[in-house]
Amino acid sequence: MWSAILSPDFFSAILRSATPILFATLAAGIAAKSGITNMALEGILLFSALFGVIFSSLTQSAWLGLIITVVIGGLIGLVLAFFILNLKTDEILAAIAINLAATGGTVLIMLYFSGDRGVSSSIRSFATPTVTIPLIDKIPFIGEVLSGQNALTWLALLAVIVMHLFLYKTPMGLSIRAVGENKNAAESVGISSRKVQYIALIISGALAAMGGFFLSGGYMNMFTKDMAGGRGYIALAASSMGGNTPVGGFLVSLLFGAAQALANIMQLTSVMPYEIILMVPYLTTLVGLGIYYYSQKRKKERLSGK
Amino acid sequence: MSSAKKFEVIRTVFAVLVALAISFVIIFFVSEQPVEAIKQLLTGPLSSKRNFGNVLESMVPLIFTGTGVCIMFSANQINLASEGAFHVGGLIATCVAINMTTRFMSPICAMVCAGIVGAIFTAIPAIMKITTSAPELVSSLMINYLALYFGNYMLNNVIGDPKASAASYVLSDASKLPVLIDGTRVHLGFVIAILVAVLGYIFLYRTKIGYELRLTGENGEFAKYSGINIVKVILVSQLVGGFIAGLGGGVEMLSPIYQRFTWTALLGYGWDAIVICTLAKNNPLYTPFAAFFLAYLRTGASIMSRRTDVTLEIVQITQGIIIMLVVAEQFLSRYKHKMIAKEAKAALKEEEVA
Amino acid sequence: MDNQIVLQMNHIMKIYGNGVVANEDVSLELRKGEIHALLGENGAGKSTLMKVLFGIESPDQGEILLNGKKTVIKSPQDAISKGIGMVHQHFMLVPSLTVAENIILGVAPKKGLFIDMDKALEAAENIAKEYNFDIDVRQKVEEIPVGIKQKVEILKALYRGAEILILDEPTAVLTPQETEELFAQLIKLREKGHTIIFISHKLDEIKQICNRATIMRNGRSMGTYEVADISTQEMSRLMVGREISLTFDKKEQKLTDNVFLKVRNLTVHNSQGVLKVDNLSFDLKGGEILGIAGVEGNGQTELVDTLTGLNKRYKGEIQIKGQDIANSSIADIRDMKLANIPEDRMSSGCAGTLSIQENLFSNQYRDSKYSGRFFMKRKAIENRSDELIKEYMIKCKNRKQNVGMLSGGNIQKVIVAREFSTGPDLIIANQPTRGIDVGAAAFIRKRLLEFRDAGCAVLLISADLTEIFSLSDRLAVMYKGKFAGFFTDVEKVTEDELGQHMLGIKQDDVLEGVMYE
Repeated sequence: MWSAILSPDFFSAILRSATPILFATLAAGIAAKSGITNMALEGILLFSALFGVIFSSLTQSAWLGLIITVVIGGLIGLVLAFFILNLKTDEILAAIAINLAATGGTVLIMLYFSGDRGVSSSIRSFATPTVTIPLIDKIPFIGEVLSGQNALTWLALLAVIVMHLFLYKTPMGLSIRAVGENKNAAESVGISSRKVQYIALIISGALAAMGGFFLSGGYMNMFTKDMAGGRGYIALAASSMGGNTPVGGFLVSLLFGAAQALANIMQLTSVMPYEIILMVPYLTTLVGLGIYYYSQKRKKERLSGK
Repeated sequence: MSSAKKFEVIRTVFAVLVALAISFVIIFFVSEQPVEAIKQLLTGPLSSKRNFGNVLESMVPLIFTGTGVCIMFSANQINLASEGAFHVGGLIATCVAINMTTRFMSPICAMVCAGIVGAIFTAIPAIMKITTSAPELVSSLMINYLALYFGNYMLNNVIGDPKASAASYVLSDASKLPVLIDGTRVHLGFVIAILVAVLGYIFLYRTKIGYELRLTGENGEFAKYSGINIVKVILVSQLVGGFIAGLGGGVEMLSPIYQRFTWTALLGYGWDAIVICTLAKNNPLYTPFAAFFLAYLRTGASIMSRRTDVTLEIVQITQGIIIMLVVAEQFLSRYKHKMIAKEAKAALKEEEVA
Repeated sequence: MDNQIVLQMNHIMKIYGNGVVANEDVSLELRKGEIHALLGENGAGKSTLMKVLFGIESPDQGEILLNGKKTVIKSPQDAISKGIGMVHQHFMLVPSLTVAENIILGVAPKKGLFIDMDKALEAAENIAKEYNFDIDVRQKVEEIPVGIKQKVEILKALYRGAEILILDEPTAVLTPQETEELFAQLIKLREKGHTIIFISHKLDEIKQICNRATIMRNGRSMGTYEVADISTQEMSRLMVGREISLTFDKKEQKLTDNVFLKVRNLTVHNSQGVLKVDNLSFDLKGGEILGIAGVEGNGQTELVDTLTGLNKRYKGEIQIKGQDIANSSIADIRDMKLANIPEDRMSSGCAGTLSIQENLFSNQYRDSKYSGRFFMKRKAIENRSDELIKEYMIKCKNRKQNVGMLSGGNIQKVIVAREFSTGPDLIIANQPTRGIDVGAAAFIRKRLLEFRDAGCAVLLISADLTEIFSLSDRLAVMYKGKFAGFFTDVEKVTEDELGQHMLGIKQDDVLEGVMYE
């Protein structure tokens, strides 16, 4: 088992498993930086996984399918923003509503398109291709890890850099951070916090949509009922453990990717019952969450002199 | 009734109507026989005694988790573990009911165990919050999955009947809750559910701990300043809420609907509970009414899906829209502001006259 | 100064969502290049009027004319683009960003898609230089002192081209030196042609730098006056509606020997690790009111939180009625007959979404009069609620009305009724009359004196000097966590002397015998 863990294949598997969580984590991060907990990620992942299949099939192109899915993801972010910001709906309850609608809505839509309630295998859809970049694949180990990853995995890595630059180097990024930290301060200089949070949630929705697309068009090319499997929720935890920064979120996502990849290996070696292995990502999150918040709490306590 | 309360009621009713209207529009889009579908949805539950019995029987789990969540949310703890508590409640009740064949004792034991395990389960995020200050929202979402896979493990390795596929051994006859109305499956659990809703109300609004709980929920700082032990309140509210949710799982499992434990996925009653709570405005006394509405809709939808081409899941969309609109403070707020401004102006005039 | 009118607000009416009429009929007129005082008590509607002007709230009635033209100000953004800038009482700064980033926030210079940080720093430095503000723009805002934060606020507005500058109680948090500096800068701004609205209720400050003053009372404007032509007495009369009567019939003190509160060498750090209470010692006996004056933020909040058990992290000793409270919970301390009127009534004094009745018993529902082992005694609570509402003259529809719907003064009365109805021996009152109407304030002060006369010990923390002077038997001034001054003969203390202690210019050292035996 150890040789399996230390091989480039395993690290490659980590990246693959981390991809959807990474997208969702970046999505959670930008929303959190603007001051909103976007728990609707779970629903957006689910919707996007289905829309990815449907639209790549309708357009006969994975890329067109991806673009449409991302646009719809952004629109869901927009709807969420409208309810939270204009209608003053509690953000958690609004997210629960979207997630409920996603659970039911995806089945309804899938039934309409494919005539099946569980899997969309009857729809012929397209997955995004794998990519090998010429020079990078010559680097020992790292080259092996990165080569042949799905285009969306590359896109996710790129998104980490883009989101970092966006948040810390651009005027809009500055506005987002200002709104999240002190909304009144931002308002007082004429920044419309509503506009900024709209933008953050739309970007959040679009990022999550890429993650959702990866679920049905990166791993495989079909949609199954409830396939988001709590990844949207895990992303919330991952993002807060990474301080809601893109780079921090990336590192924590890798950790969860590792937990998932490890679970996959353990599944093959059958050292533990299958159902217990399935718990690994959630258990990791739970333990990680506890450790992270406990250390934060201790840090605060030390500051106040006890 | 004050204008603000009146407004709340009007808004809730209006939100429900809008949600139904949107659902009808969706039905028109996806269905080839939309009129028939809507007719089945609305009148199906009234078409026979059996169907109406279905409404009453589906109210039961909704009242349990709804009441549990009302209590948890009243303490301002956004703990979503009632979903998992319901699941483990059902699981534990199964374990007890398979093995115990004593009349009376078997169902009582099964229900009590289900409640206790549910309470312990929902207390986990609360304890984590108290000791590590990790947000209960995220940790409760995680442990729901642990409940699911633990259930699957038990089903496949411990209580699974090798002769059946993905089902436990048959629950003992002695453990089953009796049917109350002939020709339906309305069972004793219905009475227990109503009782729990009433007791939940008394707990929240008539007892000392309930008062502490609501004070804490409305303003934690204030409660602390008043000398209320917040840690105790958080723990008690989550234990009681979890007990009720777990008990709900147990009662559901002992109902005539099931002969064996067959839950290989989470059933979603924890999420439905949030709809119930939203409609009941966190008051357990109103949960049976909210549950009736939802159960009616569900039964209607299930009849609709059997008789037409529209699937049952449309209900989840309706539920989502209801939550959105009912908790949307600004929904119809212009109307509310007008109402309040009118009152204030009238009061001003009165003062001037006097 | 020409007399060109730059802004008119006519007959503004604003009703808030909870039905509170904040502005009933207010008019305001500004001339170019004047410092215009907006004067009124807390709750008179000054802030609301300014929120309307700055586009935060939209008025229910009335019109705004900018340079003679009717305008609608839709948002702060809109206000800024129309040349209106506002410096809020609570600073509107983002702590983790630098001064420069705060200044350019929302109007950042760009290089391609990115912020041009060099240009931003330069621009921030330039504007600071232009107006003679001595600031390091590279510092993070969380690291700079209050006086400088305010300068950053003013620079922010100027950087955005503000012609009309609203300053909401700018001196409330400043030391006298900082205040003088601010005034010098405001006069310079006036010379440059800026128009300034100066919100305050400090009459001497208004006399010092303002040209005209508009006085507000109860949501109405009481007229605009040339400051030179109106006396402070007249101003205060217009502000409160009658001559302020500060003479309470304070009875001869009957000091008892009961030391209800004994504090020795108390040291407290706040959650950021900053020293807030520094080795404080004092006694408080039955039958006296010990007043603690001081500029806000000098450790008063931390002192109260520690005495009442809210904060358990302290060094030193605290005894209530001879009992050490190190291991006592808040409930235990309350059971020692302590009443606590909190500083911030909305955040820790009440639950706005619960009824008056539910708010009246949060400290005494455990009493066997009001609850049994498990259940609340509903009838007893209802009757007692009605009694208290009557006794404390709480203006409301009935006991079931939500506390949040009441006016500030009535909310405070609910809190006071609750705290006083337990028959306390020790009262800790932190800013008990802040921001409430004169009638309610007088009522509460009278009650405090009654408790003192009945042998109760009262610790009064207040920023309101007239209140401190008229109620205290002994008086201490808190400065940077220490008692910088203490007086046993309150009547002989002048405001000037007190002020010097409050600002740390004068400091006494020998506490023994004065603050404790």
